[in-house]
Amino acid sequence: MKLTKEARAGTLESGDVLVIVGPSESLDIRVESPVIRQFGESIRQSVRDVAASLGVTGGAISLEDQGALDCTIRARLTTAIKRSLADE
Amino acid sequence: MTLQTKVVPSLREAILRAGLRDGMTLSFHHHLRDGDNVLNTVLAECSLMGLKDLTVNASAIMGCHRPLLDFIEDGTVTGIECNFMHANVGRSISRGLLKREVIFRSHGGRPAAMERGESPVHAAFIAASAADAAGNCNGKEGIAAFGSIGYAMPDAEHADYVIVLTDHLVEYPLMDASITEDRVDAVVVVDSIGDPKRIMSGTTRVTRDPIGLLIAEQTARAVQASGLLRDGFSFQTGAGGTSLAVASYLGGIMRERGITGRFASGGITGLLVDLMKEGLFETLLDVQCFDREAVESIRENARHGEISASRYASPTARTAVVDHLDVVILGATEIDTDFNVNVHTDSNGVIMGGSGGHSDTAAGAKLSVIVAPLVRARLPLIVDRVGTISTPGEDIDLLVTQYGIACNPKQAELSEKLRYAGLPVFSIHDLKARAESITGRPARIESSGRTVARVISREGDLLDEIRTVMG
Repeated sequence: MKLTKEARAGTLESGDVLVIVGPSESLDIRVESPVIRQFGESIRQSVRDVAASLGVTGGAISLEDQGALDCTIRARLTTAIKRSLADE
Repeated sequence: MTLQTKVVPSLREAILRAGLRDGMTLSFHHHLRDGDNVLNTVLAECSLMGLKDLTVNASAIMGCHRPLLDFIEDGTVTGIECNFMHANVGRSISRGLLKREVIFRSHGGRPAAMERGESPVHAAFIAASAADAAGNCNGKEGIAAFGSIGYAMPDAEHADYVIVLTDHLVEYPLMDASITEDRVDAVVVVDSIGDPKRIMSGTTRVTRDPIGLLIAEQTARAVQASGLLRDGFSFQTGAGGTSLAVASYLGGIMRERGITGRFASGGITGLLVDLMKEGLFETLLDVQCFDREAVESIRENARHGEISASRYASPTARTAVVDHLDVVILGATEIDTDFNVNVHTDSNGVIMGGSGGHSDTAAGAKLSVIVAPLVRARLPLIVDRVGTISTPGEDIDLLVTQYGIACNPKQAELSEKLRYAGLPVFSIHDLKARAESITGRPARIESSGRTVARVISREGDLLDEIRTVMG
């Protein structure tokens, strides 16, 4: 399915990530992170994993990462996607 | 002979009398910390005078020295030698702004290089919060009082021409002079040497972060278990919240057990002043004051002594304070499995610090302890190889994190003592694996650009090189 509504989860606190999702035909992933060189590919892979596990094939997914752990990134993204899909 | 007054009418006149020409070296000290006006003011004047190709030799480049970048771009400055460089300037240096390589030394290595003639200074610019017309001066009196002037003492000793800048001219003779007239060529009265609000933080405080407190408590227990915490104990720590917490916990143990320390040294904080006043340390040896309490104490208390950078840490000194140290508590941005420590560059290889007294105290102290959280913003503290070697692993004995303690394998006896005391001792490889189980394994960053800085050991040898980082 494709995301049709903007939603967000998370914060800009250190160790957290702010996830903003919105409508898009394809899966567009944008990541900003202080650890992009060390974990950029790992973060993108987690985003693809979570999107796939929730059946999302289209959506603009933006992460403003503040050095969040992988479990945090997955949890925030899951919540943002569920909020986007709620009430539909 | 009749004494000519040394008070010159302007900074420009002092620079002219110093005979500064293109290609020469100017020195500065950083006791005014982030409130310093002197370095920027002097370079602005040199730029207006059309001087080119100067080298700045400063004990530290602080965040407020960002205008230095403008003087690099206009060609006034083409060389930097320092013991610390704030990221405000470091980021541009890491991108390759400066053609010549920055030379990083330590607080002890800098005066040693001057003494050995490897680092000649043509004109020293010494900021003093009080001075008389003959150049007797200190940092203890006046509106911009900053306390110890220790890092500037070798500059006064070795520079060809010594200029004192002050905003508080007093009648001759200034009695409690730290640098004396026999070494001073000129005195310049300026409106302000620095912003007193930014020179000193208010009170430096013990951390309230539970991870920092846990690390500090474990560190104090490790120091106690080492057997070094006994009457006559000598100690140094920084002004960071966790370091202060270590001092606080150690003070608690000393109070409880009736132990009196001989001295605490280095950068001095109000917390150490309190421990001295309570009688837990007999004396303080102070090369730099970190807060107002320390400034007041060094002015008022005879047992709070001022020391030069040479006496503090120079390897060419006959003996130095660091050689008397039992324990030093130090930080790290990275540490590797050989215990090498990086405090120069961040995880991307960008310059954001420097040794300061790190490598000097680690080399001198009987027990050198690194305190740091095992993970910072998803980055593991422990790596296979640090981005920059600031302090060689052979000088580090212990790493204390919130997940446990790692002991340098060369210290097998210490490791046994810590285990016997019930402390959680692991191999550094185990702690590294523990961190990576939390963060994931970071991709390795290779730097391949040209060299932008050289890190020189306190003995004067090349310790490491820092390369350009793009982006």
